[in-house]
Amino acid sequence: MNARSDAPLDAADRAIILATQDGLPLVPRPYHAVASGLGMPGEEVMARMQRMRALGVIRRIAAVPNHYRLGYRANGMSVWDVPDDRIDALGERVGALSFVSHCYRRPRVLPAWRYNLFAMVHGATRAEVEARVSEIAALLGDAHRAHEVLYSKRILKKTGMRLRRT
Amino acid sequence: MDSIDRAIVNRLQDGIEICERPFAPISHSLGIPEAELASRVERLLADGTLSRFGPMYNASELGGAFTLAAMSIPAGDFERSADLVNAHPEVAHNYERDHALNMWFVVAAERPEGVANVIREIERETGYAVLDLPKLTEYFLDLRLPAQP
Repeated sequence: MNARSDAPLDAADRAIILATQDGLPLVPRPYHAVASGLGMPGEEVMARMQRMRALGVIRRIAAVPNHYRLGYRANGMSVWDVPDDRIDALGERVGALSFVSHCYRRPRVLPAWRYNLFAMVHGATRAEVEARVSEIAALLGDAHRAHEVLYSKRILKKTGMRLRRT
Repeated sequence: MDSIDRAIVNRLQDGIEICERPFAPISHSLGIPEAELASRVERLLADGTLSRFGPMYNASELGGAFTLAAMSIPAGDFERSADLVNAHPEVAHNYERDHALNMWFVVAAERPEGVANVIREIERETGYAVLDLPKLTEYFLDLRLPAQP
């Protein structure tokens, strides 16, 4: 076990993460199924997962859809160059738009990369995404110096976060 | 996908409880037996409608580190490079994008130096530079999208 001293997880938590990172078994008592594979009581697995969820280690126990298969064929990563001293207020407002699934500040890497605000926009068509990107541009107003939209062409890999089996 | 599949996709994106029989109330509200709910989810996973079903772990809360990395790869070398990048278990997602920077992937590692090591290895293996764009501030994250008829 190599967890940092400030990490609140122990070896049993880590075993649960390793056992479930490929997914949860689709059986009536999934946490008990995980538990029996680990030689733990089902109640312990559930208590530990509840604690991890309370800590924010687990965001949700949920299905992750393939956007393309749900009809969201245009998935645009919009990237914006906005002033660093205004980005926090602007990022909060862009993130609050209903069609933005994630909104982050990332570093500029000049000269290769000038954009510091990232907002992922999903739509059925590129026209729909473009209309939504225009809404973001209007919201940013004069803070918006330049932007681009990088459309995804193909998913090359999507496994979610992995822990190495050490 | 029929209307029950769409209801399942939408309901399961919100998440299930951590309790002994988490699927029971969901199958009840959908009006189908638990076994049918399980077999439909298995099919939605098998046909790629769902990428996965289970706990969504937050690597940064695990004491881990994330970054978004981008590369500019010539078309003729794209597939070879994608295989090399994807072979790293720390690469969680990888997308081809319509831009000079045509490959964008997330690296998730348990320790910050793990991210730097993976980036170095990918640069060495592929021969192309990697742009490292770690998240500085998260303003919003919610990946749920409704399945619509």
